[in-house]
Amino acid sequence: MTNSIFEKRKRISDKSMSFFIYLSSLLSVFILVVIIGYILYRGLPVFNFSYLMNTTSIINDTVGILPNIINTLYIIVLTLLIACPIGIGGAIYLNEYAKNKKFVDVISFTTEVLSGIPSIIYGLFGMLFFGTFCGFGFSILTGSLTLAIMILPIISRNTQTALETVPKSYREAALGIGATKWYMIRTVLLPSCMPGILTGVILAMGRIVAESAALLFTAGSVHVLPANIFTHVLSSGGTLTIELYLQMAKGNYDVAFVIALVLIVIVLGLNMLAKLITKKFDVHEVKN
Amino acid sequence: MENKIVAKNVNLHYGSKHALKNVSLDIKENAITAFIGPSGCGKSTFLKTLNRMNDYVENCKIEGTILLDGEDVYDEKVDTTVLRKKVGMVFQQPNPFPMSIYDNIAYGPRIHGIKNKRELDRIVEESLKAAALYDEVSDRLHTSALGLSGGQQQRLCIARALAVQPDVILLDEPTSALDPISTLKIEELLLDLKDKYTIAIVTHNMQQASRIADYTAFFLVGEMIEYGQTKDIFSIPKDKRTEDYITGRFG
Repeated sequence: MTNSIFEKRKRISDKSMSFFIYLSSLLSVFILVVIIGYILYRGLPVFNFSYLMNTTSIINDTVGILPNIINTLYIIVLTLLIACPIGIGGAIYLNEYAKNKKFVDVISFTTEVLSGIPSIIYGLFGMLFFGTFCGFGFSILTGSLTLAIMILPIISRNTQTALETVPKSYREAALGIGATKWYMIRTVLLPSCMPGILTGVILAMGRIVAESAALLFTAGSVHVLPANIFTHVLSSGGTLTIELYLQMAKGNYDVAFVIALVLIVIVLGLNMLAKLITKKFDVHEVKN
Repeated sequence: MENKIVAKNVNLHYGSKHALKNVSLDIKENAITAFIGPSGCGKSTFLKTLNRMNDYVENCKIEGTILLDGEDVYDEKVDTTVLRKKVGMVFQQPNPFPMSIYDNIAYGPRIHGIKNKRELDRIVEESLKAAALYDEVSDRLHTSALGLSGGQQQRLCIARALAVQPDVILLDEPTSALDPISTLKIEELLLDLKDKYTIAIVTHNMQQASRIADYTAFFLVGEMIEYGQTKDIFSIPKDKRTEDYITGRFG
């Protein structure tokens, strides 16, 4: 006679592993909650909308981060404007045009290495190359060019991965009906890849918002309101993270936590935007 | 009947693999020509040489001549966009684009420069009608083509191919992924279409060839073994290998 089906075996490893996995996931949520909670706890009581409307000035005796918010948004937009065409274009070339597989491997390897370099090294390079050699000095442009190099791997890797997942049958269908290669890329590949590309862009935005080391010696830390939005590109401007660093160094923890609060809101906003946009652009979702 | 496509001594190599060996074959106008044979015999490869879809395959070398209406398809001056407007293709797996039904059909005409909305509307309607799909989808032209069933998707792909008004339609095992009813619909459709178009179809299914094809070519390991009227191939095959294949001794 065989065993009864009610006879239970003890599966210790199974149970302990699921407990461990459960614990780890709980822990990661817990850490996030603690960080956000602490920032809210320290930031909310001292928060005042006047911080968002003012600039820090000793003469007027005001404290505010409006210039830093403007600089942050400015740098995000400018960096993406520089990096997106190059990153997406490069990925399209590597995936669709390049015939030499070795060449593609070398470039892919290089981009991966590039994404692992500490950001202060980008800062050093940016300061000396864009700042001194190209003569852009301490400016938003120098900062954006430096950041553009830094986020290039994120954008091009994500685009490449997205292009790889487009089924061969779409390409065949388009080419088989007489589309030229570029027409096929523009009308079929890029729309199908949009969610992947946008994911890369949003991740890159996160990197830009978070960056301080690469900006300290390139975009600098000036916090005055831009006089002219176009010439502002050549003047120095500190982002929120830079200001956060400087305020902490001075021991102004109240202002530091207000900045942290604003940063968290921006990051959360970006992530939610990412989810929304990715869903909207997903051509594979059948809407009836 | 006129010869629409004349292939002479076509040899094709994938790297070191000799995939087509000296294939010569005429495809008649306004008729259905079927290519049959076991997997890997070169029938699909041959079909793809007719509108140069092998151009995108690496290390693919083609020798010999293929004439379409007397013009050399492999001449370096040929514009593949124009060639593929004349010689359309439908693939094994239904492959509608992730767009609306309307945009799928309008894709080809738009490539060839048709932008007028009314003109496109007319083409979309006519193509869908010609592919016997219009009645099923007329009320949802602007919904995603991915929501259609497999059989409908394949007829959509045929409509998409028809929309550029080709002379020749190449079909690469168009029903192998479909159920019997959908298969039947597509076969009926092809019989309707042959009055206007020249059709070449690759099929795994010998009954399909015998049901719809006027001419049949039998391929085996890269060689074209036998070619003739379908009724002759299936009733009095000249080659022993053809006979073995159609009687089901291998394949």
